[in-house]
Amino acid sequence: MTSPTIPAVDMLEMFRRMLLIRRFEDHLYSLFLQGLVPGTLHQCQGQEAVAVGVCSALRTDDVIFSTHRPVGHMIAKGSSLRRIAAELWGKADGCAGGKGGQMHLVDTSVGAFPSNAIVGANIPIAAGAALGFKLRKLDRIAVSFFGDGAANIGAFHEGLNLAAVKDAPCVFVCENNLYAASTHISHAMRISSIADRAASYGIPGFSVDGMDVIAVYDSATKAVERARSGRGPTLLEYMTFRYAGHSRGDPGGYRTKEELQLWRGRDPVRKCRELLAQHFQIEEAEMVRIDKKCQEEVEDAVEFARASPEPSPETCTEHVWAPSEVQ
Amino acid sequence: MSTGKIGMAAALRSAIRLAMQQDPSVFLLGEDIGISGGFGGGFTVTLGLSEEFGHDRVMDTPISEIAIVGAAVGAALVGMRPIAEMQYGDFVFCAMDQVVNQAAKMHYMSNGQVSVPMVLRLPVGASARGAQHGQCTEAFFMHTPGLKVVCPSNPYDAKGLLLAAIRDNNPVVFLEHKKLYGGTGGRREKAGLDIATEVPEEEYEVPLGKAAVRREGTDITILANMLMVHYALAAAEELNREGIRAEVIDVRCLVPLDMDTLASSAKKTSRVLIVEEDNLTCGWGAEVAARLGEAAFYYLDKPIVRIAAPDCPLPCSPALEEVYVPNTKQIVREARRLLL
Repeated sequence: MTSPTIPAVDMLEMFRRMLLIRRFEDHLYSLFLQGLVPGTLHQCQGQEAVAVGVCSALRTDDVIFSTHRPVGHMIAKGSSLRRIAAELWGKADGCAGGKGGQMHLVDTSVGAFPSNAIVGANIPIAAGAALGFKLRKLDRIAVSFFGDGAANIGAFHEGLNLAAVKDAPCVFVCENNLYAASTHISHAMRISSIADRAASYGIPGFSVDGMDVIAVYDSATKAVERARSGRGPTLLEYMTFRYAGHSRGDPGGYRTKEELQLWRGRDPVRKCRELLAQHFQIEEAEMVRIDKKCQEEVEDAVEFARASPEPSPETCTEHVWAPSEVQ
Repeated sequence: MSTGKIGMAAALRSAIRLAMQQDPSVFLLGEDIGISGGFGGGFTVTLGLSEEFGHDRVMDTPISEIAIVGAAVGAALVGMRPIAEMQYGDFVFCAMDQVVNQAAKMHYMSNGQVSVPMVLRLPVGASARGAQHGQCTEAFFMHTPGLKVVCPSNPYDAKGLLLAAIRDNNPVVFLEHKKLYGGTGGRREKAGLDIATEVPEEEYEVPLGKAAVRREGTDITILANMLMVHYALAAAEELNREGIRAEVIDVRCLVPLDMDTLASSAKKTSRVLIVEEDNLTCGWGAEVAARLGEAAFYYLDKPIVRIAAPDCPLPCSPALEEVYVPNTKQIVREARRLLL
């Protein structure tokens, strides 16, 4: 655990967001087991510190490009839980009116652009958004989230290289959870650290403990500052683990119980809670209160989602074309 | 004010220059488009623009088609109006995910929260370079909801359509036929057509989604795009000498498709011949024929006929390319058969 350098109030908010992600994802899973979740699920329990640590280092007008596993990133960036839940249920009040679904969450009001279900595709897109900010002389930055699997796709190479040669104000965040669906990273690359690939683009790359929200926040803050000050992109690799399978119905039989236990022993939410007690003198009662509020918010969001109307049939063919008055 | 007679490359350059002067959000990205001492893209369209607008707005990229299209999508999402260039239209297949899954679907998947106002320029057309440097690729994009598809046949339209495409809030795939560029010097296309025309120097738009009747006639409707428009017009001239009055329509925009103009002409002439350089199967002509079948069936005297490239890759040998690319003789022959 790195030494805490941030104010208690920010620390508490990071804890709240991590806990909200955990409570929401866990609740979703139990509803899924009861057959009450209509679509697919790609869950992020275990990876909360990466989403929250990175997004806490951003401004609201900085933008993120998430993945097929976007719930954590959306909550971390401050999006409405009700709208997220309604989208998971394919309802009219969903953040994309039911057209997106679990893998395509969006909330531009907090800088969350449509999350992407094509592995690695958001890497050059984030580079382009960053170049757009640079051309407009804005000091906003773009973040691309992706997994270890995406580090092997062509778009990773092309996107990082272009961002590097153009000094795009961009941060590339690799959530290395060691498994691309069921394939262990050792079957997919010869190197032990994805961060090492940064060297081939002439940009800084760091491998950081992704279970430690302060380590994530500190490293992300440095990368964000570097991007914002015009010095170009950084590749951040966060070592983390997803407790759930790749997607719904995947029991994760390709991993050992010991491996899972090892990572659960480093649980980022619990670690954060311990840190708050030990270094910030936050009383247990306060954390219990936060937890209760998170659970209430989750229940409220799911209730909202389930009560929301189905999208009307005519919306199926709406929004194929952008109207001329947009932008 | 007119520019005097210019070819399509110069007309496209004029459109880009005007758009960049008027709107700071317009910028270019592609390979070899602005390198000092370079050649202004594969076909000189962007020649001189980096000197005028700088290398930030005329952005040379590595050979990275995924990144070119992906970065254009990302920049468009945050308020820019990028014009991305594939050096050859065939290279777009490297970036198809970015075109089909990203550019085309973002507006829809976000329920209208974001839009992707970008232009993707594709030089297409057989030109003795073989199978990977000359395919006409419009059908792939016409099939994809969310993409507009434009394919001009002359310098005036090229400029006006490109200005309209740049200002459109959707991704627009803009096909440019290599034999119509009218480049100069070493970049002049062998066997290119000399179609230089007077083009207004000032800005104007040719609206997307309007076909153009290039020659009026009463006996048969010939539908064509890009290079094939010129072959169709030559065929119409020949047919005219035989007393056959052919109506030639330039389908310069495939999405949106101007079915009103196409169907009215079909109803008037009762015979339709479609000419395209794309492969026959599932080409744009197949879609147009199907729609005309629905819109004008009871007006037609003969089945709709398509002349297209055969269903094989584009061969390189000039002798074989001649077999592959539809020509004026074929158009005349098929038109005559339709009028028997």
